[in-house]
Parts: sequence; C-alpha cells; structure tokens
Amino acid sequence: MLRAAYFIPLVLFGLFAVLAGFMLTQPKDEFVESAMVGKPLPPFDLRAATGDRPGVSLAHFTDGEPKLLNIWASWCLPCIAEAPQLEALDEAGVEIIGVAIRDRPDAVAAFLARHGNPYSRIGADDLSEIQLEIGSSGVPETFVIDGEGIIRYQHIGDIRPDDVPMLLEKLEEARS
Amino acid sequence: MIRFCALLLALLAAPLLAQGAVPPAPYAYTQLDDPELEAEASALMHTLRCLKCQSQSIADSDAPMAGDMRHQVRTRIEAGEEPEEIRAWLVERYGDYVSYEPTVSATTWPLFAIPAVLLGLVLLVLGRRLGRRRSESGQ
Repeated sequence: MLRAAYFIPLVLFGLFAVLAGFMLTQPKDEFVESAMVGKPLPPFDLRAATGDRPGVSLAHFTDGEPKLLNIWASWCLPCIAEAPQLEALDEAGVEIIGVAIRDRPDAVAAFLARHGNPYSRIGADDLSEIQLEIGSSGVPETFVIDGEGIIRYQHIGDIRPDDVPMLLEKLEEARS
Repeated sequence: MIRFCALLLALLAAPLLAQGAVPPAPYAYTQLDDPELEAEASALMHTLRCLKCQSQSIADSDAPMAGDMRHQVRTRIEAGEEPEEIRAWLVERYGDYVSYEPTVSATTWPLFAIPAVLLGLVLLVLGRRLGRRRSESGQ
C-alpha cells in the first residue's frame, strides 16, 4: 500500500513530461487575434494616403452597408499576393476601404498603378493608431465591418483565393 | 518567367528600406522631457509584448510597430494616463497576451492556486507527522 503511494509523484511527473513533450511538438500559433471583434470601430479621421482616393473616417463605415477594411502598405510583400483577391472582391461588388500603414503618397500611388486599385478610399495611418485601436498586429489584415460600424470578423494575413467565398459569406452575415 | 523576374526584383527592392523611408513616430526613440514620466513609461514598456516579435518587449524591439506602441505609451503617459490604464487599453484590444505582467483571470487562476494548495498539503502532512512523533515520544 505504502509502496504504491511512493510512485504517485513519479506518475504525476511522467504525465507532466508527456504533456510538455506533446505541447513542444505542436506548432505555435503566431497570430495575436484582435479582441475587438463584436465591438464598434472607434471614432477616427485619416487623411488621404494618395492623390486619387479620399481619406477615411468612421462616418464612412456607418452608412448601413457592410464593408471590408483592409490594412495594408506598399512596402508589404504579402499585400502584393492578395491584390488579385481584393480585385475579385471589388468585382463582386464589395466596397473595400484601405488604410495604408506608415506609407508615402508616391509609394502608395506606385503600388496601386502596378497591382491594381480596388479601394474606394484609402486613409494614411502613420503611427499605427487605427491598427492599435482595432487590435490589428500586422499587415495585411482585413476586417469585415457591418453597416453600423461594428467589427464582425478579422482575417489575419493575406487573402488567399480560397478565402474570397468565405469573406463574401461573412459580409452577407454582417447584413443581418 | 516574367513573374519570376518580378518576384526576384521585388525581393531586391528591399521593402525594409522602403519601410524605413517613413520617419519613426515622434516618441518612438525620443524620451519624454520629464524624467519621472519617462521612468513610468519605460517601466510599462518593458512589460508590454511586441506584437511583431513576440518574445521581445516593446522597449527592446526595433520593429516599426513597437516604435508606434512606444509612441502611444509615451504620449498617453504625458497626457496624464496611469500606466495600468494604458495596459488595460491594450489588453482590451489584444487580450492578456500583450502584457507580460501576470494577472489572475478565468484561465490563469490555477497557476496561482496550485502552489498554495500544494503548500497547504505539505504543511498538513508535516503537521500530522510531527504531531504523531511528538505524541509518540511523549508516551
């Protein structure tokens, strides 16, 4: 009886070692998800990031129509990869509002000339202020915003071709 | 082929340099004038996680986003906000993960409770054993 009791700590340690070993083999989730999903966008007002598209403020998200808020930058490589998908979403009739992070007007214009311009408006965020406000931790990220300006969904990383139908569905859900 | 060349060119284009072409936020690398406020900001910055480089604090990181977070912390401290208010503001947006300061919450309470329970158990066992020995030697 007493002998068996001596093995309890060993068994506990063994279980812990197995658990730790298992967790070490699991890939680490590197994304920090926003805790702002379900909450409203904050009031903000961003100047235009480039000459041919106006700037962005909260009012542009509260006209009743769900929209995509795309956080990107001309210096960001995955943003090039997602450009065709944004184009497809634009063609599907989705309004995409862009926010360019730490960018220069000429660099933004050059990027749009080269990779297409699916945006109705592009605001410039030089201090990552909007990013921090909505809990975004990198570029590119895409948020589904409903007609009242509530954040409904966050997509981290570039939009792959498979993600397009999913985003369209999220936009549809945001109507209800 | 053209695509491949474009990709190669894109890699050569040194996107990091382009990123660096925009000057950092005013308070990313500039301390506050008031040494007391700067000390407060610095203490807070050492306990906030950089979101781009998650094993560094924003005080340690040179990532542009960490610079923007330092700017955010310093301007808020200068405007009179308490460090814990700023931490709460960030936790509200990014979850507990953004803070290195351990807190007791629905998921973390066992970390604090288990050592206390173990200590209690040890004291209990020890107390009973010593008590028994004392009563044995007393007889």
